[in-house]
Amino acid sequence: MSASAVAIPATDHDAFRQPLLQASALFCERDERVLFSSLNFTLFPGEVMQVQGSNGSGKTTLLRILCGLNSSYEGEIFWLGEDIDDDREAFLASLLYIGHRVGVNKILTARENLRWSCALHAPVTDTDIDNAMARVGLLGYADVPCRNMSAGQQQRVSLARLLLSPAKLWVLDEPFTTLDIQGVKVLETLLAEHAEKGGAVLVTTHHKLDVPCELRRLNLDDRK
Amino acid sequence: MSEQSMTVQRSSVARQQAQVSTFAAFRATLRRDLLIALKRRNDLLNPLMFFLIVVSLFPLGVSSDPNELTRIAAGTVWVSALLASMLSLDNLFRADYEDGSLEQLLLSPQPLYFMVLAKNISHWLISGLPVVLLSPLLAYMLYLPADAYWTLLFTLLLGTPVLSLFGSIGVALTVGLGSRGLILAVIVLPLTMPVLIIGAKAVADVSLGLPLGMHYALLGAILAMSLSLAPLASAAALKISVN
Repeated sequence: MSASAVAIPATDHDAFRQPLLQASALFCERDERVLFSSLNFTLFPGEVMQVQGSNGSGKTTLLRILCGLNSSYEGEIFWLGEDIDDDREAFLASLLYIGHRVGVNKILTARENLRWSCALHAPVTDTDIDNAMARVGLLGYADVPCRNMSAGQQQRVSLARLLLSPAKLWVLDEPFTTLDIQGVKVLETLLAEHAEKGGAVLVTTHHKLDVPCELRRLNLDDRK
Repeated sequence: MSEQSMTVQRSSVARQQAQVSTFAAFRATLRRDLLIALKRRNDLLNPLMFFLIVVSLFPLGVSSDPNELTRIAAGTVWVSALLASMLSLDNLFRADYEDGSLEQLLLSPQPLYFMVLAKNISHWLISGLPVVLLSPLLAYMLYLPADAYWTLLFTLLLGTPVLSLFGSIGVALTVGLGSRGLILAVIVLPLTMPVLIIGAKAVADVSLGLPLGMHYALLGAILAMSLSLAPLASAAALKISVN
């Protein structure tokens, strides 16, 4: 595996764009097993990057490393050209992460959950929340406690945050798992809209992504 | 051109951040935790019931002689308050860890110190304050001299927040462990010993007519120290725990 390998051939106009996220020579090892080494990639505005790999190939670990939740790695990560640890607040202000555990408290209602998780970044109004809920197909569910919702609906509550956040970079870990066909459609549209507005998305999924925008793939299986 | 656009992007990010006041996030976190506690009545009642039960076991187990009880009253109330606070500590981060809210908290662009502080304050309001308010009633039950009531109330008022703040460090360290067993108590109890000693001593001293200034000063100093440092330690521990 050569250190200079780039995930996907760069397109012609890359030279004119400022890369949002850059990873250089990432190396991660867990339980004496190398998950990935010499991993380089660059994410530009308007791109959706799908991280692929078999179970246990380190997809979740990679996303958590990129967010700064996991620090057991070697290599460097840059946000807008600066190391993410140098200006962490600026990076976090531009980041929206939805993990395996979606961050939805089951006792609270969807509205209360969204109000809090958005307030951590930028406070939102109730109207914003209602609009976002309608968009993800949960019209009328805003004041239902999340424990009364199905797993898919809880996933949709977390996805409503995508609509409420000003973040440029979305990092989504298996966001499709519990969604129904219509939910998948909605999310794919959201990803494409975000890319169109100049945002970037990193997403892991085994689902065959069908987005009407630039889709790049990063396969972790051939990065050992 | 790219440098210019980078500056523009950076300043817009900075502006966005400025708009979002840390205070709003602090208030939202405090409000959320209180709301969860209100919706789960058990969280609210458990520490209080536990406190009540433990204290009322002493007259049964030790002695019902008023003189004997007067002697141990201060210590009993303080130890029970400490145990009640330990009992509810797990609520602090456990559920958030399990449902992923903790990751959201850690990825907030706000200073983690204030977010942790909000959670600690809400924990104290739920588990500490009711115990403080109930303590005069239990002191009456244990024949504590009437002139020591206010001392007991004030020392608990200064001391119970410290229990929450120090306890939070222990929970933050152990939240990622599968089976925690006694480890939380082993970490937290030694940290809270000074508060227990000073608090119980103050109440005992007031009955002897000794001056209390030093006890209050020490408790106040410990509270000030833990308010400024404990959330930082909790925040650092949380980062390790989710790693």
